[in-house]
Amino acid sequence: MNIALLQTAALGHRAVVRTARQPANVVFPLVFPMLLLAVNSGGLQSATRLPGFPTDSFLAFALAVPFVQGALLATINANVEFARDIQTGFLNRLALTPVRGIVLLLGQLGGLMTIAVIQAVFYLVVGYAFGVRLASGVGGAFMLLLLEIVIALGFAALGSWAALRTGSTEAVQGLFPVFFVFLFLSSMNMPRNLIQADWFRWVATVNPVSYLVEAVRSLVIEGWNWEALALGFAAAGALSVIGFMLSAHALYRRLERT
Amino acid sequence: MKDTLAVARGVSWRVLHMFFTNPAFLLPSLAFPLFFFTAFVGGLSRISQVPGFDFPTGYTAFQFVFVLLQSAAFAGVFTGFGIARDFESGFMRRLMLAAPNRSGILLGYLFSALVRWLTVASVVTVVALLAQMNIGGNGVDLIGLYTLALLLNLAGALWAAGVAMRLRTQQAAPVMQMPVFLLLFFAPVYVPLGLLKGWIHGVASVNPITPLLEAGRGFISGEPELALAAFAIGFGLALGFGVWAVRGLRSAEAAG
Amino acid sequence: MEHDNSIEAHGLVREFKKGPRAVDGIDLRVDPGEIYGFLGPNGAGKSTTVHMLTTLLPPTAGTATVAGFDVVKEGPKVRKAIGAALQEAALDPFLTGREHLRLQTTMHGITGEERRRRSDELLTRVGLTEAADRKIKGYSGGMKRRLDLALALVHRPRILFLDEPTTGLDVQSRTALWVEVGRLAKEEGVTVFLTTQYLEEADVLADRVGIIDHGTIVAEGTPERLKSEISSSTVEAVPADPAQREAVASVLERFGEQTTGYGPGSVAVQLSSPNGNLTEIVRALDADGVVLSQLQIHEPTLDDVFLAKTGRHLEGSGDEEERRQEREAEPAQV
Repeated sequence: MNIALLQTAALGHRAVVRTARQPANVVFPLVFPMLLLAVNSGGLQSATRLPGFPTDSFLAFALAVPFVQGALLATINANVEFARDIQTGFLNRLALTPVRGIVLLLGQLGGLMTIAVIQAVFYLVVGYAFGVRLASGVGGAFMLLLLEIVIALGFAALGSWAALRTGSTEAVQGLFPVFFVFLFLSSMNMPRNLIQADWFRWVATVNPVSYLVEAVRSLVIEGWNWEALALGFAAAGALSVIGFMLSAHALYRRLERT
Repeated sequence: MKDTLAVARGVSWRVLHMFFTNPAFLLPSLAFPLFFFTAFVGGLSRISQVPGFDFPTGYTAFQFVFVLLQSAAFAGVFTGFGIARDFESGFMRRLMLAAPNRSGILLGYLFSALVRWLTVASVVTVVALLAQMNIGGNGVDLIGLYTLALLLNLAGALWAAGVAMRLRTQQAAPVMQMPVFLLLFFAPVYVPLGLLKGWIHGVASVNPITPLLEAGRGFISGEPELALAAFAIGFGLALGFGVWAVRGLRSAEAAG
Repeated sequence: MEHDNSIEAHGLVREFKKGPRAVDGIDLRVDPGEIYGFLGPNGAGKSTTVHMLTTLLPPTAGTATVAGFDVVKEGPKVRKAIGAALQEAALDPFLTGREHLRLQTTMHGITGEERRRRSDELLTRVGLTEAADRKIKGYSGGMKRRLDLALALVHRPRILFLDEPTTGLDVQSRTALWVEVGRLAKEEGVTVFLTTQYLEEADVLADRVGIIDHGTIVAEGTPERLKSEISSSTVEAVPADPAQREAVASVLERFGEQTTGYGPGSVAVQLSSPNGNLTEIVRALDADGVVLSQLQIHEPTLDDVFLAKTGRHLEGSGDEEERRQEREAEPAQV
């Protein structure tokens, strides 16, 4: 059992170190969401004048988005590296050791969740620096980090599934626009009850990403909204479970080892 | 001149052949503008009810102009990606050896950027009309709108070509893309300039894209404004980046 | 319990879904402490065989045991007993050499002080101590291969698989690797299964050689025995006057059968007698008034063995085979 934990930690450590040593993979997931936040919060501030808008700061409203976007970017990047491991034969190198298959996957996922948490702390600090105060307080910050871990696990597991299934860096990179579409067709820029177009409101309602964003947002602007949190954790949890099952199956098929 | 056009024809044929026969190139070029159009119009149309938002032809037309200009700029930038790819694969060296007049190579890429954008613009326009977009402008106004977009397409392609010819690697993609992205999004994307507040208002006020956007919106609503300034900026950008691109071509030639 | 360092395979087959049989019934045995050279062109099935023996691929049919364990039923036990340096060096460009060793030792359950000691020992052994804390992307090809070997040895395996370990290396790096492999076998009793497409490598290193082509073993034995069984020496003569080429050929054909694959303008015959008399050949050429610019004797090589068994030369034949397979796989383009 101890050895399995050490192996998991070593593999997770490698995932973090590899990301840290590629400046583009560090800077982009930190900077790009902040850039979009700046653009959107500046450009849509006037939306807070709409009757029923839940806050008078669009920055506070939109701060939830980087947590989801950043988790997506970081896990896509790291899973591209995972696909590269398959292409270069590094996965075979690991497969030739006594390490169990599930440990290979857990190590990769653990590393990605660590990266997502580090990013989340960065977003919280930036938000605080620009005057955003969490309505849920310090406890809310910890809850937010926990939620971020589960969100990152969901995206990471789905990305790992793509990497293991295809062994192709291009295929994993191709996931980004797909996830991006889900993010945009959500309540990221407007509360669901204020979305005017019926079809868009319907899409945002069935889109699990809306619940991720709304859960994080509730901690920022509302306080302790247990319903929103429950829905957010449920959506992230469902993504994680589905992603984990898919990636575990894909790992089993990919390894083929006896 | 004949040589230059022949080279341009050859280069543009190849790029367009790849574009139209390769779903990996064609589909994202079509999908992204349509997606932005759908997401902005569908998700943000309530914004038009903000006090002070007076756009006569509705939010669909308001966003259509932005998406049209954005697609024009990025169609130009994607051409730069193709140039960088050709450098990395060594194909550009083959072109430079074969072309009697190398300006024809640049011209060819520009022409293909234009055709790519026209294709995308046609699809986006049809979708916008199907979404019951209101058009307040007449034929001349619409020509003005699409001309502005054409100028932006040219400017985007020349900017990206200049970068690609200097750096000659696909890793230059963020250098080509980011400034264009920032310029587009630090403009009045979601609401008119008058409804922006704070730092974003200051940035948008000096952003050269803002007059193009406002003029374009004026054309589509039938209430043209800032047209002269917009065309001056459009031509200025195209000319300035034209010099940038030609100098880039010379630097690529010198590098061998 | 006495450890079994042998490798055995019986009727090993590997079929892929949309292709021919990559391995088509391999029988072999490698004795403990032996260096077994598995020689063949590209696409012959060498790497596929290695992947099956190292448990990375299950065989479609047949059985194999490595270190006394069945490769299908006892995979984890096989992996504990073997080390492998596969065809791709498969290193992470963003990690240092030392970090690779740290990861590999942890994967094998070696931790703490023992991990540090073992890493230092291996880095010294492969001559990478100074470069240990540099990232792999700064390593040369030879350094990468040496690190690859070190990683394969962290857990002191009894059996070592090396899949084309010197492909792409310069002469110096190749020789250094040969020295280390030879030492492992002779001093530490490690059984080495080495695949290669280089004749010289098999000749110099291997105690026994198995020659594989199109998924089957076409010849097996010590290099000396294989060469002596198949052929005797080849005489190659280059006439001073190209017009005398026919005359040279007619003289030499009295001593053996003409063969090809030598220099342009030369005539080569494989001597029918293993102890062909060079003096007689020279006398015969002189008697016919033939003047030569060059006369050479070529001792039989493993390539001659391959040629005799398959009708093709070994070196370069893999490239031809790959090109043929590629042509068959792609649709014709206008």
